[in-house]
Amino acid sequence: MTIQLSHYLLLSAVLFSIGAAGVLTRKNLIVIFMALELMMNAVNLSFVAVARYMGDAAGQLIVFFVICVAAAEVAVGLAILIALWRHKGSMHIDTLAAMKW
Amino acid sequence: METALFILLALGSILSALLVITTPSPIASALYLVVTFFCIAGLYVLLAAPLLAAIQIIVYAGAVLVLVLFVIMLLNLKRIEEKISRGWKSAGIVVTILLLGISFAAIAASTAVLVLGTTGAPMGFGKVATLGSLLFTQYLYPFEVVSVLLLLAIVGAVAIIRKQGSS
Repeated sequence: MTIQLSHYLLLSAVLFSIGAAGVLTRKNLIVIFMALELMMNAVNLSFVAVARYMGDAAGQLIVFFVICVAAAEVAVGLAILIALWRHKGSMHIDTLAAMKW
Repeated sequence: METALFILLALGSILSALLVITTPSPIASALYLVVTFFCIAGLYVLLAAPLLAAIQIIVYAGAVLVLVLFVIMLLNLKRIEEKISRGWKSAGIVVTILLLGISFAAIAASTAVLVLGTTGAPMGFGKVATLGSLLFTQYLYPFEVVSVLLLLAIVGAVAIIRKQGSS
């Protein structure tokens, strides 16, 4: 059996779905945050696989940019979580209901 | 050889990803996430992207996960009460299965069956020199925008965390 593009894309879809399941079913904000990172990695994997398939290095550069944006997102996201902890003393997602209609 | 490595890394990443979202303790989740990131870095190497594999390990497994672990330990987070209504949980699982089914159907319908491997890539593909020259010519503008974004993230994080009233 040789490895084909579709195998990488299927693996990426599975990882993305696992991340989505984590976001939908967990209540701990930190764990939701990590599941989000997992989804981003799944998309990166499919970018790299398609870049290899097309023989185009631009796909790898997009992943480079996505990693930069993810690093920025982590810094700001964790800052928001710490501020939330300071104000509410909880990491439960239901404490984030100030903007709920 | 490559097939065996792919299967090993794919199974490892799926297993550790499942453990990330099912373990009750946040610390254990973060540690399983490191395993997932290492497996994905290995897949990058198989896909002729050694630079991205190095960046993946340095930025994700290094910086991001250390930050997450730091926050978990700083706040002394214990496992929290996860009382989720049965309906909400099953809705989440149904949505996930639908998502998985749709992507499986879309991928199965594709006819892209080119055999992959680390051999047979174009000359210099995924090498630092190739990516660097692209980054500083064709993609110079997004590169500069990303640097501004990182600066904004630093300033934003400090501004959010700063205690009220202290200047």
